[in-house]
Amino acid sequence: MKALIIAGRTFASRLFIGTGKFASGAQMAKAVESCGSQLVTVALRRVDLARPAEDDPVIAHLDPDKVMIVPNTSGARNADEAVRIARLARQAGGFDWIKLEVTPDPNYLLPDPVETLRAAQLLVKEGFVVMPYINADPVLARRLEEIGTATVMPLAAPIGTNRGLETREMIRIIVEQAQVPVVVDAGLGLPSHAAAAIELGADAVLANTAIATAGDPVAMAQAFAMAVQAAELGLDADPGGERKLASASSPLTGFLR
Amino acid sequence: MTEFFDMLREWPPERVRDLLEGSDCEQAVERALARPVPEAHDFAALLSPAAALRLEPMARRAAALTRQRFGHVLQFYAPLYVSNHCVNSCRYCGFNRRNRVQRRCLTIDEAVAEATVLAEQGFRHILLVSGEDRKAVPVDYFTELTVRLRQLFASIAIEIYPLAEAGYRRLVEAGVDSLTLYQETYLPDLYSRMHPDGPKRDFRFRLESVERAARAGVAFLGIGALLGLADWRVDGFYVGLHARWLLRNYWRQQVSVSFPRLRQASGALIPPCPVDDRAFVQLMIAQRLFLPDAGLVLSTREDAELRDRLIPLAVTRLSAGSKTTPGGYANKADGEPQFEVQDHRSLAAMHERVRQLGFDPVDKDWDCAYHSP
Repeated sequence: MKALIIAGRTFASRLFIGTGKFASGAQMAKAVESCGSQLVTVALRRVDLARPAEDDPVIAHLDPDKVMIVPNTSGARNADEAVRIARLARQAGGFDWIKLEVTPDPNYLLPDPVETLRAAQLLVKEGFVVMPYINADPVLARRLEEIGTATVMPLAAPIGTNRGLETREMIRIIVEQAQVPVVVDAGLGLPSHAAAAIELGADAVLANTAIATAGDPVAMAQAFAMAVQAAELGLDADPGGERKLASASSPLTGFLR
Repeated sequence: MTEFFDMLREWPPERVRDLLEGSDCEQAVERALARPVPEAHDFAALLSPAAALRLEPMARRAAALTRQRFGHVLQFYAPLYVSNHCVNSCRYCGFNRRNRVQRRCLTIDEAVAEATVLAEQGFRHILLVSGEDRKAVPVDYFTELTVRLRQLFASIAIEIYPLAEAGYRRLVEAGVDSLTLYQETYLPDLYSRMHPDGPKRDFRFRLESVERAARAGVAFLGIGALLGLADWRVDGFYVGLHARWLLRNYWRQQVSVSFPRLRQASGALIPPCPVDDRAFVQLMIAQRLFLPDAGLVLSTREDAELRDRLIPLAVTRLSAGSKTTPGGYANKADGEPQFEVQDHRSLAAMHERVRQLGFDPVDKDWDCAYHSP
């Protein structure tokens, strides 16, 4: 696979990690480190930007030399709220990359396409590197790409559900059409789901609940990393095509030779 | 949209009791446990005496749902009592206007001083609580206080007398993001008996406060029934029904349920329907199974041992180090508390305990910046 480059920055790992739901900041950091992820997202609502980073219960555990910290706008219910919190993150924390989440429904946390597009427009104009979380909508993905987002991040299934690639066909189309990296986000519950997303052509995956709520989050993070690597290696090995029918070992037209 | 008030009429207490005590209850519990999303009749089965025999599988499912939805995370808040002046005569309450207790209303400066103590302890979510007396603490009081507190807190909640929509809108503009308002009981006849006079007699105005707040833009809605006034199974059923109705009709809002268990307050009546620990646990886990996305809140009304045991089950939010007397934090006030705190552990002690139990204590899980320009 070609190298994963987002906004000019190269990532050696195609596994990104969300930092919510872990039993402790230390456990989260250990999981991140053990899987070799180089990008984690942190909810701004959890970060106290007024405090120095070394005192923050989430950020303090992460080594910024090894892993890029991308704040997300989780909790924002419209574009204005998302933009406001992103500006605050830049102003107080120096963050230029933003994972854009606009989820007016606090239960399924499904992204609002209209407000996400509007927020992305504003943030791109202001020079942010924008990584929007979206439903697996190929047209929306193209619209976002047109306005200059750095990636698109379609969901595999509703967030936190661990159900796997329920939006497979739409993600396939997004991957086919995208000119920016596609990061499959939300709903991946097992390492095999992550592998399937990479095999489908996604450039990276983001996992959180599946890892944070596993009995052994560190081992699960490693398992996800291995699955992603296996899928990557498999693709590089140029897999034989899939066929609907078995191909006969004694062809019916063999006598023509 | 069917009004919740009308929906309550479709579920008179007799209908709820029939479900709770039906001959088919044991099978109904099994069906409810097998259902991906329980319906109202399943919820009644989970609250029934028959389900009391199935607490363990219910608890396991409740814990798994809570971990999946909320993770290994517990969020903390502190109540700040600003006034115990009250114009109502709730028969179960220590702030009852007929009680001869020392009344106190904090000035804005005093309230800010109290809040500063809480902020220094590490709290970032605060709940402003007052008795129901809009002359002692008018809406202006709360808007002014909220504006001053926004520098100190990530989230500001109120638990005050019910308001019209315009009142809630003013509070939202000032920076209030959360409302807690207990209906006390969803049984109208009992409600009338418990609230013999004062503006609180208006059952429907109180019932629909939460909707008015939602329309005004309050993001987090907290409801509950006082446990001890009525049969907990019946009132618990209505609380769940109300929460789900709110979730369906106000889909942008997050809904949470509290479990205020009545203790005897001075000058107040002995709870007519006491709720024991076993019932308390059944109620909490039944709510979780019925409302997988709802926040479940546990205050310091409960003692340390029970709180510790409930943390891994279904709780998502806890108060800590609470004082229920106006001026109790900064001024060592000795006035009448609204209720006796049973768990006196500080925020720091709770953090430590929660970590021992395998959870991440979270003080900040919102940001005032979401609301303000």
